[in-house]
Amino acid sequence: MVTQPIQDPNRDPVSYSIQLAKINKHFGAVKANVDVDLNVVKGEIHAIVGENGAGKSTLMSILYGFYEADSGSIHVDGKVVSITDSKRAIELGIGMVHQHFMLVDNFTVLENIVLGAEGSWSLTHSLAKARKKLQEISDRYGLNVDLDAVVSHLPVGLQQRVEILKALYRDAKILILDEPTGVLTPQEVDQLFAILKTLKSQGVSVLLITHKLQEVIAISDQVSVMRAGTMVATVNTAETSREALAELMVGRKVLLRVDKQEANPGAALLKVDSLTWRDDTNVPRLDDVSFTVNAGEIVGVAGVSGNGQTELLGLLSGMLDVQQGQINIEGVCIDAQHQMTPKQIRHLGVGHVAEDRHRDGMVGAFSAEETAIMGFQDEPEFNGSILQNRSAITEHCQELMSTFDVRPVDPNLKSASFSGGNQQKLCIAREMNATPKVLLVGQPTRGVDIGAIEFIHQQIVALRDQGSAVLVVSVELEEILSLCDRVLVMSEGRIVGNVLASETDARSLGLMMSSSRSGDQMAQQGGQS
Amino acid sequence: MSRRAKLPAWADIGLIPLINVLLAFLSAGVVVALIGESPLEAVQVLIRGAFGYDEGVGYTLYYTTNFIFTGLAVAVAFHAGLFNIGGEGQAYIGGLGVGLICLALDHLLPWWALLPLAIIAGSLFGAAWAFIPGYLQAYRGSHVVITTIMFNFIASALMVYLLVNVLIQPGSMSPETRAIAPESTLPLMHEFFAFFGIKITQTPLNLSLFVALLACLFVWVLIWKTRWGYAIRMIGFNESAAVYSGINPKRMVVIAMMISGSLAGLVAINEVMGAQERVGLDFVSGAGFTGIAVALMGRNHPLGIIIASLLFGALFQGGAELAFEFSTITRDLVVVIQGLVILFCGALAYMMRGPLERLFALVSRSSQEER
Amino acid sequence: MKRVVLKTLALSVAVASASAQAADLNPAVVFDMGGKFDKSFNQSVYNGMERFKEESGVNYREFEVTNASQREQAIRRFAQRGANPIISVGFAQAAAVDKVAGEFPDARITLIDMVVDKPNVQSVVFNEHEGSFLVGMLAAMKSETGTVSFVGGMDIPLIRKFECGYAQGAQYVNKDINVIRNMTGTTPSAWNDPAKGAELAVSQFDRGSDVVYAAAGGTGVGVYQAAADSGKYAIGVDSNQNYLQPGTMLTSMVKRVDVAAYNSLKAMQDGTWQAGFQALGLAQGGVDWALDEHNEALITAEMKSAVEAAKKAIIAGEIKVHDYMSDNSCPALD
Repeated sequence: MVTQPIQDPNRDPVSYSIQLAKINKHFGAVKANVDVDLNVVKGEIHAIVGENGAGKSTLMSILYGFYEADSGSIHVDGKVVSITDSKRAIELGIGMVHQHFMLVDNFTVLENIVLGAEGSWSLTHSLAKARKKLQEISDRYGLNVDLDAVVSHLPVGLQQRVEILKALYRDAKILILDEPTGVLTPQEVDQLFAILKTLKSQGVSVLLITHKLQEVIAISDQVSVMRAGTMVATVNTAETSREALAELMVGRKVLLRVDKQEANPGAALLKVDSLTWRDDTNVPRLDDVSFTVNAGEIVGVAGVSGNGQTELLGLLSGMLDVQQGQINIEGVCIDAQHQMTPKQIRHLGVGHVAEDRHRDGMVGAFSAEETAIMGFQDEPEFNGSILQNRSAITEHCQELMSTFDVRPVDPNLKSASFSGGNQQKLCIAREMNATPKVLLVGQPTRGVDIGAIEFIHQQIVALRDQGSAVLVVSVELEEILSLCDRVLVMSEGRIVGNVLASETDARSLGLMMSSSRSGDQMAQQGGQS
Repeated sequence: MSRRAKLPAWADIGLIPLINVLLAFLSAGVVVALIGESPLEAVQVLIRGAFGYDEGVGYTLYYTTNFIFTGLAVAVAFHAGLFNIGGEGQAYIGGLGVGLICLALDHLLPWWALLPLAIIAGSLFGAAWAFIPGYLQAYRGSHVVITTIMFNFIASALMVYLLVNVLIQPGSMSPETRAIAPESTLPLMHEFFAFFGIKITQTPLNLSLFVALLACLFVWVLIWKTRWGYAIRMIGFNESAAVYSGINPKRMVVIAMMISGSLAGLVAINEVMGAQERVGLDFVSGAGFTGIAVALMGRNHPLGIIIASLLFGALFQGGAELAFEFSTITRDLVVVIQGLVILFCGALAYMMRGPLERLFALVSRSSQEER
Repeated sequence: MKRVVLKTLALSVAVASASAQAADLNPAVVFDMGGKFDKSFNQSVYNGMERFKEESGVNYREFEVTNASQREQAIRRFAQRGANPIISVGFAQAAAVDKVAGEFPDARITLIDMVVDKPNVQSVVFNEHEGSFLVGMLAAMKSETGTVSFVGGMDIPLIRKFECGYAQGAQYVNKDINVIRNMTGTTPSAWNDPAKGAELAVSQFDRGSDVVYAAAGGTGVGVYQAAADSGKYAIGVDSNQNYLQPGTMLTSMVKRVDVAAYNSLKAMQDGTWQAGFQALGLAQGGVDWALDEHNEALITAEMKSAVEAAKKAIIAGEIKVHDYMSDNSCPALD
């Protein structure tokens, strides 16, 4: 079957590195891909955007050989191919950098790259050969990594570079990057984009899967938008805008700014004083952190993930023991001598939306109603003298689901069967239902569709307006800027900035995030507490 | 390459185990044929031996009782994410508890008054034996698989020491305690039925079968209907989420291990207070290990465990019958046959899943195309 | 299988008219946990059964138990099917024999190694302490270091009985002799752990022992090997094991369980089977020390005469060998 490229019929078909035509794939009753066409021009950066469940991952999995399409054809470099597994994909010159890196932590960079492509019985021999080839590749693309460094010692940005090297080492001419910027600082993002541009100039085609529209605008040549399993549009990036893309993704107009009133801060509800916390290896993950969150304000914690935010939430919620310094929640003091368990802290009126719901906030194998009482499982309203009060639990879950528009409204459905947005809504509903005086929210909209983001933001603002103190930790600067009233910037376990959201922008926050001790003078400048 | 359909529940719970059992019997049949016996005849003997007459049924259910207890023990620990290999030792030590209380009070109390005390003693001793590995896992990071295996050996050594040096009936040749007074032992099933005027053959099967069924009910309620079960399952699925929810996982690990151990300890109700009427050497004879296969096959659900226990009980009794009827089928061959069933139903439980899913996909696809 | 059936058929035709007694001879044997090929106790019974089968052409049924409850089950099944006599192997089957013998007064059961007082049970036990006394004497006489040793299998009273008799014999020769003792283990696996047996023996040699007596089933093989490798002497047990390491096997304490099994069947065939208690000691030939071509070079005339004299004295009751199991204690070792 011959496919005609959609957007530019005059172009010679050979100049397409990938052509997908009429791809269909269904899982049971769910149609993940319906008649999807995609044409990637050789040597261009092609972004694919879409909400969760729009079918991006399925499409890429088909391209990388994890699934086989029910029908449709794949051309690589103009030739019809059948991609049965990832080995075949690699042979065809397709490389993939996954969102979660597939690296062996305690191997060196060189070992990781060669792993699976040794090509010889003698490891020493293949390593030596690989080193030579890699030197050429890194010179050519400007990808500088110490080949003998142990992967676990490298920062995230460099680990990603190792993944890219891995693909290039296998002679990838087409590189698929799945949400590559989620874990990077703005500066690292810039470096990544520079690398992608070099790759492009050397004739490598890049497929970028992302949900960050501003990055799409910044780097890509073309954008394909997917919605509900179909490809709704492919446009030249130069001819579109964020708003237009968002509308294409969701199918309706979307508010990208949070609509909220000026904050009206009241008394301090949460005070943190000189909090320091060291991990098992005695590395300080939190270093002398102090701040205040007042009633009726939303304070954001900005920073690249892994700079102490997780530990901060852990300490505030009682999941970690306080070692040094103190936390004061509405007059109740928690310090090394007076520890409190997560349960006790919850009883003080603290709600906690975990930053990683899969790790902390829910249990995938539990039914929705069981997830809906997490943290409240010992409350008398859910328990009889011995047995749990199942009807009360079901009722409670139904109530949460209807107020937070969680779909489907089925308290007995396994939590893992809900979409990411609905899972998050259920977790937030659970924490907000008790109208906490202090709400800790980690990554409020991670993996959540644009439509649901809007709703979640509105709920958080509504809670603020009822007089609660809200602390939001997010790696999405855009979210921090639009949702929060005041922003704390964290870097290397320290608070390096405290500014009003209305008086800053992403660029200056990014600068603070990448500063370390040099950023000290910037701290405590614009705080209002 | 891999077109798969999601299996309907009936296929997952019913069809796959059935296919696995059939495969196991098929390969066991090959082994039987290899040594020159008729597999068909062997299967007949096995099934008739296990279910064909009341004595066989009695023995089958007697083994079943043990496996229910140990299967439940493994399942409860498994729900908490723990692999309790120590059912053998916990049951053995449970026997010490049951034995001590029975020997202390057997001339004072009739069996029905002694039974609750014996259940408490057996569970307490079993729980205490499981407490140590549980504690070491939770607070010292020693892996529970390793420690429970070690505790099987320690239990064995301890019991041999006690039976040889302390508890032995003076002048007795065997390292075992004196017999428990007849009026204080658990009535055998034939005595129980005789009470209602029904006559059945005497077997070691005793009232502890009912205790086992009650234990199943207890585990079902505990795991799925109480907040403790909620906490146990949560640490099993996701320990970090448990911390988030204000559950102390270390404490729950210890508690889950103790519940597991106490269930294993109840094996002694069947063996010590019921069948053997004394504490003897190695009276558990492998039931603790069989419990692992039982729990695996029963998907850690009490109902599944009852069915799996029945299958293994039948295999043990039917296997003995095989060895009895065929001089060429030795007890070692019976172990091979049992091993094949464990292999197919436990270790290879999901082997047939892929092909079956493809088959279902094929069927649903062709039926769709017809439409 | 087929072969055996044919043979039995042919023979039963030939034997049918020979003896009326033989008609209800329908022997069966219940082996215990170790299994019939344990190279020790059960196997010895098996040999006795096989010997009878060879001689008389009468086949027998058998069962090997794998757990405690099967003992009673197996004995009862044989009783139900009219097996006669039923040979029950090992002290552990005593309780089961006691029960089944009561239920089936017509069944005739021979229990080896334990006593059950029932009108239809023949109990055969052995005075292992007497035989062990004799090999203890030989050990003490052979020893140049004044230290001898003992490796037991599983730590149970029966093995202590061997140990105690051995120590008494050694002390009878040399009052100040040092007797090193080790048990292989506390679980049934101790009966079949030759590697550990060898380790224990070597450590005993390191502590000065130059003669070791192993009463440890299959574990003993390792002990004998270690003795041969270190140039020390070893003493076998149960059957005559002198042939295992000729030159370093000083002797063996033979315990004729095969004879007990064979005799029971033979007596049944002859119509002379009697219930009751039989203690097979030195006097009855149930236990003895072994002298054959493999060890005659190691036993001096002096040693032989001393041992034979002691044997006579024990039979005559002039030497009293203490039986550990009579009171679960061993004064010689306290």
